[in-house]
Amino acid sequence: MSDSVFASVVQAPEDPILGEGKPLVLNVVRKAEQMLVNDQSRVKEYLPITGLADFNKLSAKLIFGANSPAIQENRVTTVHVSGTGSLRVGAEFLARHYHEKTIYIPQPTWGNHPKVFTLAGLSVKSYRYYDPSTRGLDFSGLEDLGSAPSGAIVLLHACAHNPTGVDPTSDQWEQIRQLMRSKGLLPFFDSAYQGFASGNLDADAGSIRLFVADGGECLAAQSYAKNMGLYGERVGALSIVCKTADVATRVESQLKLVIRPMYSNPPIHGPSIVATILKDGDMYTEWSVELKAMADRIISMRQQLYDALCARGTPGDWSHIIKQIGMFTFTGLNTNQVAFMTKEYHIYMTSDGRISMAGLSSRTVPHLADAIHAAVNSVA
Amino acid sequence: MRTSMMSSIGMGAEEPSVGISEAFGADRHEMKLELGLGAYRTEDLQPYVLNVVKKSCLVLGRTGCHGAGYFRNRLSAACCCAHTQTFSCFQDSHIIPTWGNHPNILNDAQLPWSEYRYYDPVTVGLDFQGMISDIKAAPEGSFVLLHGCAHNPTGIDPTPEQWEIIADVIQEKKHIPLFDVVYQGYASGRVEADASSVRLFAARGMELLVAQSYSKNMGLYAERIGAINAVCSSPDSAQRVKSQLKRLARAMYSNPPVHGARIVTNVVGNSDLFSEWEEELQLMAGRIKSVRKKLYDCLNAKDKSGKDWSFFVKHIGMYSYAGLNEAQRENMRNKWHVYMTKDGRMALTGVSQAKCEYLADAFIDSYHNAS
Repeated sequence: MSDSVFASVVQAPEDPILGEGKPLVLNVVRKAEQMLVNDQSRVKEYLPITGLADFNKLSAKLIFGANSPAIQENRVTTVHVSGTGSLRVGAEFLARHYHEKTIYIPQPTWGNHPKVFTLAGLSVKSYRYYDPSTRGLDFSGLEDLGSAPSGAIVLLHACAHNPTGVDPTSDQWEQIRQLMRSKGLLPFFDSAYQGFASGNLDADAGSIRLFVADGGECLAAQSYAKNMGLYGERVGALSIVCKTADVATRVESQLKLVIRPMYSNPPIHGPSIVATILKDGDMYTEWSVELKAMADRIISMRQQLYDALCARGTPGDWSHIIKQIGMFTFTGLNTNQVAFMTKEYHIYMTSDGRISMAGLSSRTVPHLADAIHAAVNSVA
Repeated sequence: MRTSMMSSIGMGAEEPSVGISEAFGADRHEMKLELGLGAYRTEDLQPYVLNVVKKSCLVLGRTGCHGAGYFRNRLSAACCCAHTQTFSCFQDSHIIPTWGNHPNILNDAQLPWSEYRYYDPVTVGLDFQGMISDIKAAPEGSFVLLHGCAHNPTGIDPTPEQWEIIADVIQEKKHIPLFDVVYQGYASGRVEADASSVRLFAARGMELLVAQSYSKNMGLYAERIGAINAVCSSPDSAQRVKSQLKRLARAMYSNPPVHGARIVTNVVGNSDLFSEWEEELQLMAGRIKSVRKKLYDCLNAKDKSGKDWSFFVKHIGMYSYAGLNEAQRENMRNKWHVYMTKDGRMALTGVSQAKCEYLADAFIDSYHNAS
């Protein structure tokens, strides 16, 4: 038998994160799905390249605010893609049509970001973001943005930074905005946790709306994976806020040319669920209530873990657990300590010390606290 | 106000089918026909959601198995085949003519491509000698894009004997076949028969890539469900290929949409639903075949010039290249309100039995009187 033509293909490394997960299915999502299934008039014809129009408009309103001048002035173009897909489509569009091909990503960031941007054809650099000594924001590290070339693209996590859980304050966001606008840097927001971070949809969109309010341009990738629990349905949106309606129209036409050879048009099921919920006042309210409950649960886990560590007298300052926001906490534990916790206590977490608070319950918090306590005391 | 950072961006060319749909939508003529679309229609020219799909959706709705977690890639290493559920994405070198999006896909994937002859306008059939000769002339180890069945846009497929010869040449030149299989079951009405070209190659132990789509054969257009299969000569190769496919998928869209996949799994994995699916496929393919026959009969009855219209019944699948030139196509559209794509492809799904006579009149008039 002759050699495989793929003989020289090497084994790619396993993705560090994707594995098991047992997310919650929201009641309002079940309701919406039942409505869709029961509607016998629904067909499965191809969507337009940009996706479901309803969904696109509603998503833009959700992130930018219903009264956003950018929307009213038709300066926003929105396409439906998954969260990851929004990043990739946006990046491919920039790689082809934007004059600056470098994107600055925060250090650290979601593991998939560098791969998405690199394969899209952008050159990736980073800016300092996390300060391990304070387990908070390295605000002076944002000087790295100050030395970026004019026009460079900057990736910003809209809220609930992944993996650190560290977000700038409102004042700090304003300073970041001024710095970026003065240098002509192009913001590319990744918004994966709107509503899921603080429990308030508007508050969690605050950073993006601050930038849009100054009349400037930006990109925003949204995901409904977490905040609507629609992980497997692949629902999200890419919005590009432009200076003028004319530019927005041209940008949309070019986005279509990126999308068509990539996947032709997007899946219908997920955005239909989202549109059903967003356009119905009662369902929207029900969703916000469920979302707040999810966010509150996570906030409560943070508090419980912090209290448990204090009660055990675990050495160190653990206040970052309650200062950080969103699904993840950067504990500050090192790889040896993490390995210890996995081996001795069967705690599974990423080796950078990140834990998903969503994976905790009141029942399991004491076990985690014991593990951290033991790790800190026995492993350097 | 500062100028836009994107002010130099030009307007991108519109998707060709959009113009047709819009023009058709604006047309008020009672006999108008939309032959540009690429989707199945019933005899009433309405979209069709398969019964097996409706049943699956109800089952999925009741059991609440939805949205739960990211959908894992499926792999079957045992048959030396790595397959990953994807949207529909693939890369390669291609035929003329071929689906309009193939060149765009290859360009964006930065895969250099060239063409091999396929369509013979004189016979309105396959240019088999041209095809074989061009594939032979390609540098050794090239990828060769092949349509598994029901070639889009021509409707012209090689015969089983011709497929054997194509496989011979590809093997001899150590080329790698990439099959685009969009119409399995939807072409002949039989799932097994429509896969015979792919199976012929696989049976020879050849390595190949196969892109599948369930858009047409399960009517799941908007669910975006298909698969890329890589048949390799060893489980080890298959493993490595799969790992690279995952890496590409992760940086493109992370993981695929679950809904359509669940429907397909439900139907294909349940023997009763599978049988019911095959019956629905026969209905759909049967309707298209009967439209072809009716159109052909009408053309024969009305056109006494001796022109051979039999290509309509020799072609297979949803599409036919009608062999009309630009002036003739314009006549179809402007005088007869019959819309087809610019390259002359017509979708028989847009035709009902009741409209065959009118369509025949349109063809006869356009063919003979427009130049």
